[in-house]
Amino acid sequence: DKNLIKPAEKFEVKEVRIVTRNIGVIDPRNIEEYIARDGYFALSKALQMKPEEVIEEIKKSGLRGRGGAGFPTGLKWEFTAKAKADQKYIVCNADEGEPGTFKDRLIMEGDPHTVIEGMIIAGYAVGATKGYIYIRGEYYNSVENLRKAIQDAYEYGFLGENILGSGFNFDLTVRLGAGAYICGEETALLESIEGKSGRPRLKPPYPPQVGLFGKPTVINNVETIANVPQIILNGADWYRSIGTPNSPGTKVFCLVGDVNRRGMVELPMGVTVRQVLYGFGGGVRGGRELKMVQTGGLAGTFIGLDKLDTPLDYDSMKNYGVSLGSGVILAIDDSHCVVDIALNVMEFFRHESCGKCTPCREGTRLACEILERMTKFEGTAEDLDYLRKIAEVTADTSFCGLGQSINVPLLSLIDNFREEFLEHVEKTCRANV
Amino acid sequence: MCVAVCETHKELYKELDQFIEKVKDKPGILIAVLHKAQEIFGWLPQEVQEYIAEKLGVPVSEVYGVVTFYNFFATKPKGKNQIKICLGTACYVKGADRVMEHFLEELGVQAEEVTPDGLFSVHPVRCLGACSMAPVVLVGEKDFYGKVTPDMVSKIIAAYRRGGRNE
Ligand SMILES: NC(=O)C1=CN([C@@H]2O[C@H](COP(=O)(O)OP(=O)(O)OC[C@H]3O[C@@H](n4cnc5c(N)ncnc54)[C@H](O)[C@@H]3O)[C@@H](O)[C@H]2O)C=CC1
Ligand SMILES: Cc1cc2nc3c(=O)[nH]c(=O)nc-3n(C[C@H](O)[C@H](O)[C@H](O)COP(=O)(O)O)c2cc1C
Ligand code: SF4
Ligand code: FES
Repeated sequence: DKNLIKPAEKFEVKEVRIVTRNIGVIDPRNIEEYIARDGYFALSKALQMKPEEVIEEIKKSGLRGRGGAGFPTGLKWEFTAKAKADQKYIVCNADEGEPGTFKDRLIMEGDPHTVIEGMIIAGYAVGATKGYIYIRGEYYNSVENLRKAIQDAYEYGFLGENILGSGFNFDLTVRLGAGAYICGEETALLESIEGKSGRPRLKPPYPPQVGLFGKPTVINNVETIANVPQIILNGADWYRSIGTPNSPGTKVFCLVGDVNRRGMVELPMGVTVRQVLYGFGGGVRGGRELKMVQTGGLAGTFIGLDKLDTPLDYDSMKNYGVSLGSGVILAIDDSHCVVDIALNVMEFFRHESCGKCTPCREGTRLACEILERMTKFEGTAEDLDYLRKIAEVTADTSFCGLGQSINVPLLSLIDNFREEFLEHVEKTCRANV
Repeated sequence: MCVAVCETHKELYKELDQFIEKVKDKPGILIAVLHKAQEIFGWLPQEVQEYIAEKLGVPVSEVYGVVTFYNFFATKPKGKNQIKICLGTACYVKGADRVMEHFLEELGVQAEEVTPDGLFSVHPVRCLGACSMAPVVLVGEKDFYGKVTPDMVSKIIAAYRRGGRNE
C-alpha cells in the first residue's frame, strides 16, 4: 500500500504490524483471503470462552482507547457487561475527523473484516446483539469495502443468528455521518445515530451505562477494535510484550506536513517523536529547518525541537506535556509563521464548535479575532495576554471535549513561541507570511 | 422548484418514497433519508424537507434543524462539479490557501457560490483523510487530487468542462 512508509535507513525501531497486518497484503473485498490469514479464528476462539474470560483477557492486555483519550478498553467493556438492560449496543467510532489523521480510513479500507470481527467479539463479551459503525460520509471506499465485508460475513455465518453454532446473535449496520467534526465526540455521535443534530450530551452518565437509545453501549475507535482479534488469538502476555507497561501494544502514526515521506506507520508505543520523524519520515523537506511539531491532532500540543526525544504513549502528556492523541505527527518547517498556524487551528475550532455552549462558541470566535488582528500587525501585547485568558476560560467552562481542549494547542504555541507572537506586535513576521 | 407538478420531479419523489418505505421503521433513520434525498435531488429544497417531515411523522422544525446542523446537507443548489478544498492543518501548511485562491480567481466566484453556467462551486472543507497527499482537492465525491499546486488549477477545471477527469 502506497500509504505505508518504510524506514529511511537502518533504524533502531522496527515496525510491528498488528492492526495494519493485512493492509496491502490481502484483497479487502475477498473474505477468503482474510480467513486464510487467521481471520475469524479469534471469533471462534472467543465464542468458546465465557464472556467474562474475553473481558478478562482484554483487561489483562492493557489495551487502551486509540480514539485519543486512552481509556482502558477492558474496563469499559466490563461496565457495559455489568449493566442490566434488555438491549445493549456496540458502536464503532469511524468518524475520524482529526486533521492529519487517516489511519482509521486505511484500516477500514484495507482490512474491513478485522473491524467487523473485533465488534462481534465485543458484542459477545458484553452481551450486545446489535452494532453500528458510524463512518464519515466522505469515506467512500471505506463504506463500500465495509458494506461488502458485512454482506460476506453474513453469508459465511459470522454475523446474524446463531453465529458458528454458538447460539449468539449479532447484527451490524453502517451509518453515515454528514460532515460534522463534533460527531466524533462519542455522545454527539450517539445523538447522530439516533437521527438528531450531533450535540454532545452531559457526561456522566457515560455511554457504557447509558448510551444509544438510552441503553448500555460500548463505543470504541476503529484502531482500538482492530487490536481485539489479535489479542484474543495471541493472548494478553504477547500484547504486553510490545510497547510500554502503561500503554501496551502499538500505535498507528500518521506522519504529515513538511517531511520527505508522508504516510502511516505502526510502531510500538514509546517510540520517540524524533524516531518517527527522521527514521520513517526521512527528515524535513527541501533542506529547510524544522520549526515545530504538532503531536496528537489539532487539539494536541505544539512542541519545539527540545522535546523531540519524548517517548510517545498515553502518559507522555502527563509526564512531558506532549500529547499522543490519535497519533498525528505534523512537522512544520521554518517557512511558516506561528501566528498564522494558530489562526488556522482556531478557525477550525470556531467552525466546528456546535454552538451548544457559550464559552466554546464565543471563545473560539474571540480567539480568531485576536489572531486575525495579529496577522495583520494590528495586535497588542495585551491581546496576547487576553488570548491566553480566553484559552484558559474556554477550556475550564466548556461543555464537551472540543471546547475543553482548545487551550492545549493555543497555550503550547504561545509558550513555545512567545517571542514570535511579540514580534507581530512589533509588526514583523520572520517567516514573511 | 416545482413540487408534484412536473414529471421529472414526480419520478424523483417516487424514488424517495421507495427508500422511505424500506427504512421508515428503523430507529433514528432521518439522517439516512436526508442522505438519500440529497443524492436524488442534488440538494434539499424546503419542499423536500417538508415532504420528508410528513412522511416520517416528525416536525418540520426538527428536519430543518438537522439539515442546517450538518455541513454535508445543502439548502442551496451546488455546482454540477463541487470542488472541495481541504483547509485542514496538514493541507494548510502545504499551501492549501493559495490553491483555494486560484480556484476562486479562475472561476470568478466566492466560496460556496455557483458559477453562472452551473458547472462549478468551490467549498472549503475540513480534513478529507488523505493528508499524506496534502494539499488535497476533491471534485465531486470520488475524484481526489493530491499535492495540488496553483498551476494545476486550470488543468483540473478544464477537465471538468470537457466532462470529467482525465487521468
Ligand atoms: N480520532 C479523532 O479523530 C479525534 C480524537 N480526539 C480525541 O478525543 C479525546 C477526548 O475524547 P473524550 O471522549 O472527550 O474523552 P473522555 O476522557 O471523556 O472519555 C474517553 C473514553 O472513556 C470513557 N470513560 C471515561 N470515564 C468513564 C467512566 N467513569 N465510566 C465509563 N466510561 C468512561 C468515555 O466514555 C470515553 O469512551 C482527546 O484525547 C482527543 O485526542 C479528538 C478529536 C478527534
Ligand atoms: C471533539 C471530539 C472529537 C472526537 N472525534 C473522534 C473521532 O473522530 N474518532 C474517535 O475514535 N474518537 C473521537 N473522539 C473521542 C471519543 O469521544 C471517544 O473518546 C472514543 O470514541 C472512545 O473510543 P476509544 O476508547 O476506543 O478511544 C472525539 C472526541 C472529541 C471531544
Ligand atoms: S464545547 Fe463547543 S462543541 Fe462542545 S458542546 Fe460546547 S459549543 Fe458544542
Ligand atoms: S488535512 Fe487535508 S486531507 Fe487531512
